[in-house]
Amino acid sequence: MVRLSGINKYYKVGTHALHVLHDVELTIEEGEMVSIMGASGSGKSTLLNVLGILDSYESGEYWLDGTLIKDLSERKAAHYRNKFLGFVFQSFNLLPFKNAVENVALPLYYQGVPRRKRNKLALQYLEKVGLADWAEHRPSEMSGGQKQRVAIARSLITRPRLILADEPTGALDSETSEQIMDLLTDIHAGGITVVVVTHEAEVAERTQRVIRLRDGKVQDHASSPRPQASGERSGGLSGEKEAQS
Amino acid sequence: MFSWDRWREILDTLWRNKLRTTLTAFSMAWGIFMLVVLLGLGNGLQAGVQSSFADDATNSIWMFAGNTSQPAKGLPIGRRIVLANRDVGAVDELRKVDHVTGRFGIRGNGQFGGELQIRVGAKVSSFDVRAVHPDHLYLEKTIIKAGRFLNERDIDGKRKVAIVGIPVATFLFGNTDVIGQWLEVNRVPFQIVGVFDDDGGEGEQKKVYIPITTAQAAFNGADRVNQIMFTVGDADVDESKAIADEAKALLAETHDFSPDDPQAVRIRNNVENFENFQKIFSMMAIFVSLMAGCTIVAGVIGVSNIMMIAVRERTKEIGVRKALGATPWDIVSSIVQESVFLTASAGYLGLVTGVGLLTLIGWAVPPGEMFGAPTVDLTVAIAATVVLVFAGALAGFFPALAAARVNPIVALRDE
Repeated sequence: MVRLSGINKYYKVGTHALHVLHDVELTIEEGEMVSIMGASGSGKSTLLNVLGILDSYESGEYWLDGTLIKDLSERKAAHYRNKFLGFVFQSFNLLPFKNAVENVALPLYYQGVPRRKRNKLALQYLEKVGLADWAEHRPSEMSGGQKQRVAIARSLITRPRLILADEPTGALDSETSEQIMDLLTDIHAGGITVVVVTHEAEVAERTQRVIRLRDGKVQDHASSPRPQASGERSGGLSGEKEAQS
Repeated sequence: MFSWDRWREILDTLWRNKLRTTLTAFSMAWGIFMLVVLLGLGNGLQAGVQSSFADDATNSIWMFAGNTSQPAKGLPIGRRIVLANRDVGAVDELRKVDHVTGRFGIRGNGQFGGELQIRVGAKVSSFDVRAVHPDHLYLEKTIIKAGRFLNERDIDGKRKVAIVGIPVATFLFGNTDVIGQWLEVNRVPFQIVGVFDDDGGEGEQKKVYIPITTAQAAFNGADRVNQIMFTVGDADVDESKAIADEAKALLAETHDFSPDDPQAVRIRNNVENFENFQKIFSMMAIFVSLMAGCTIVAGVIGVSNIMMIAVRERTKEIGVRKALGATPWDIVSSIVQESVFLTASAGYLGLVTGVGLLTLIGWAVPPGEMFGAPTVDLTVAIAATVVLVFAGALAGFFPALAAARVNPIVALRDE
């Protein structure tokens, strides 16, 4: 699903360049659920941004689902983000003036799906995250856990191949964190590749594999056995499509 | 490319930011309002001055007899020049001259204008009496409402006939059905044969016209003429000047004054005056357009500023949208569309308000010499609409570019 080879990324800080990603070699198989851990400044957010096609890189190659993601035009990048990726952020990033259904439906707006159809679909996804009753509520009326579940529903609605979660539990208490991780695990069980950036060991423990970053380098692939993934990974995209249509 | 979804998003955005929307709309509406009012008042001014020309033939040349200011043929300066009926006939012979009339000032020797006593039975008033030739009709653009104007037989027969203006008839008789009635001018009875109207306003309507020959005979005028007026067909300014010089040279020969003497016979060339006025108004039009342009530019900058602030405020929202798959074009076009919509509808409001105010002014201020009905014609309205849409697009363009450059990573970074 994801293959990074020899990725280098620099940030200009004043006169000298900061080397944030250092020859990153990384492969994430389809249907995997991995976590990326590292201290702050280790480059984990940058890595996520590169993975999310939100940021570019200087050298190396990034293959996403067989497509080389390099030097894309903004339009292409937007297209791939919309098509392949779902984002879950620490601060949810829901639009405060839209209700839950509208927030979930937003990615479909950019695919040109008619309003009625996308709102209907959005309601289905809200049901999946257990928030059908909250469809008409705005984010300000919801708890953190509820907001994150809306955000997850939004990330799922385009039926992405890869969910990128940036500290998804960072703003939540431990009990809610558990629930959100349950939800992400369920999603993964449904066949979608999930990458979680976190600094919490409890969160990392729930993934199949932990990728540790230090000073922009991949430290080790502390692989935990991943029995459940191979069994439930059912045919990738095509199977998933059937399930949802 | 009508997208109801897009409009929902835009209206939603505008509605959410009522204060900003109101301020932006106001700045644009005000700009257009000022523009429309300026243009309208400019038009009104022009219409007013043009109507004062409409009163007279714009292709006319007027010659007034005066005193010599240069010696000629051994004669001293300060000599009074007295024109005569035969001069009118002579001018008529010149090329390009089509209508000619003389005017004789009844009161005193060459004392021109002023009002004479007009009496009907017990009713007495004062009105200006003009003793003229039949062609005077064309020179002053007199409009006959009933009966007729003077004719050659009135002139030849020195008939005691009069043509009165509507206000004169109304004052003396209480109505305008006055053909055949008699009135007295300085105790000399005249029979009314016509009633006239004039576009030059009340001043031009409060007149009585009588045959010049009758006046000369009745009021001790011999064959004196104080003023000769004639039209020059479609002559342009240079031609009209040449004709005026020719006419003056002719009179100079007959009356022994220098053709270069500016005082002996003064000339008023309406062809030239009219063109000068046209020039002044085209200058004014340029000036007003310039001011209007500046007003619009100020409006555009205002809208652009506010849109820029709006984009700043919405950085996070734009970041989210981008992360979810909005292309730069999605972002740019929605902001430009929002700007165009806001600018155009606010501008339209200003346009309507401005036209409304002009209409009110048109009602409240009666059209007069200096100021006619203020108008904004359709082309201006259409041009304004085009300008508005363009201005809106321009105002939205730079903010939209700023929005398109929003980096989702920066926008979404936790605050």
